[in-house]
Amino acid sequence: MNVLSQTSAAEHSLEEGARGAKAPHVHLKGVTRIYPAVANNPEVHALASTDLDLPQGSFFSLIGPSGCGKSTLLDIVAGLASPTEGTVMFEGKRIEGRPPEGVGVVFQEDSSFPWLTVWNNVAFGLRRKRIDKAEMAKRVDAILAFTGLSDFAQAYPAQLSGGMRQRVCIARTLVLQPRLILLDEPFGALDQQTRLLMGDELLRIWRETGATIMMITHSLDEAAMLADHVGVMSARPGKFIEIIETGWPRDRTSEIVSEARFGSITAHMWSLLREESQKAMKAR
Amino acid sequence: MMKHRAIDYVLLVVGLLVVWQICHELVGEYALTSPLATFAYAAKELGDAHFWNNAGASALALLYALIIAMVGGLAIGLALGLNRLAGDVADPMLITLFSVPKVTLYPVILLVFGLGLSAKVAFGALHGIFPVAIFTLNGIRKINPIYVKASRSLNLSRSRTIFTVLLPAALPEIVSGLRVGFAATILGTLIGEMFAATEGLGFMLIKAIDENNVELLMSLTLFLFLVAATANGILLAIDHRLHRRSAAAA
Repeated sequence: MNVLSQTSAAEHSLEEGARGAKAPHVHLKGVTRIYPAVANNPEVHALASTDLDLPQGSFFSLIGPSGCGKSTLLDIVAGLASPTEGTVMFEGKRIEGRPPEGVGVVFQEDSSFPWLTVWNNVAFGLRRKRIDKAEMAKRVDAILAFTGLSDFAQAYPAQLSGGMRQRVCIARTLVLQPRLILLDEPFGALDQQTRLLMGDELLRIWRETGATIMMITHSLDEAAMLADHVGVMSARPGKFIEIIETGWPRDRTSEIVSEARFGSITAHMWSLLREESQKAMKAR
Repeated sequence: MMKHRAIDYVLLVVGLLVVWQICHELVGEYALTSPLATFAYAAKELGDAHFWNNAGASALALLYALIIAMVGGLAIGLALGLNRLAGDVADPMLITLFSVPKVTLYPVILLVFGLGLSAKVAFGALHGIFPVAIFTLNGIRKINPIYVKASRSLNLSRSRTIFTVLLPAALPEIVSGLRVGFAATILGTLIGEMFAATEGLGFMLIKAIDENNVELLMSLTLFLFLVAATANGILLAIDHRLHRRSAAAA
């Protein structure tokens, strides 16, 4: 299945780049972001000096009080924003102010294009590349089948539910075969049941594509269920208080929410976050 | 559904004809010809080469004016919409200019362009360019910022972002602008012909008034009404379709 073919390609490039040494897929060193003072607003220290290494094929969740700089961090890794200080490396190359090839982003807000059909939304990112029509159709159809959207190929996003539209956005990113997928609260606008199902879907995508995933979420459950590692961030200026290892098997599903350890992980997260969230609330 | 629509339209047309006939009865033959007499005269005019020469002259002026208004309005709206500061500064100015009665500028236009085609075109374009620019500007500004962020994350170039994201996203607003601009351009072109021209339907209208040819006056009005209403109807249908399609995503 050509949907999955990227795994080997990614491994190749990593081997070539790292020569056996286990270089992290994503490497952040001293990444800081300060928003300068504008008019009457003082400068905002959004992100304190942050270090982070994500191994190839890992699933990392970011959790923290509102306004702690999670999105800022993700935007920097995505190349959508530049760090004030520090460096971000992806596959051994420095990311700077420009989204690198091989990185896909899914946002919380529905970013599907309402003027395009589902099929054309998914094909959108491919049109820029010089790919012949038959190859493009093959890739789009494969991703639509993979994400369960085949029956809606000719529908417009306005005809779909919120969950399905978010699926369109994920498919639009997946079709480009990203080796790093960044998700900024992708299921934040969905109801709890849909969230759990989409979480299962995401785990399947993660396993079958072999991509590295970094995901922001507001939901402690979602973070504990999906990630290998959960980075818990402090109130602004954001920094990691602790990085929790969940230790789930790779072929997990949402059913792990019934395990005792799931409860203790979320409880531990909350004990770390409670005070920070209060600080963040007072700061508003 | 479609059947209801059709019945509504038939009722509207019949209603208008009845009102027309009643007005005719009230004010008399010398001010307002009856629908029947008007249709008969209009049919005769449609077979006349003189009419078609003038209609052609008007159509040509309208075409030029439309091209200038639409292309110019789109370019102005797009440039201002993409540059936030320029947009903020220009927006109130555009609206003020839009609301200035352009007839006051007509003497200046005549002095600059002289009698003839270019003055008509300039006057028509002057009417149409503002609504197109204002609607385009607002259309671009109202675009959900998430589309811009998404196109950045897909690493699109600036021109690709404009043509494949910004313009399609603003298209419903732009089409509304084109519709309003179209109506304004017809108005401007005809007024231009009425005041200073040697040919065109506007010129025929003013001559019919001079000669007190009520039948011709009414026929021309009827013809212009039908052309404008048809064009507006088509653009309105496109407009509704585009707005409906993007409605749920807003």
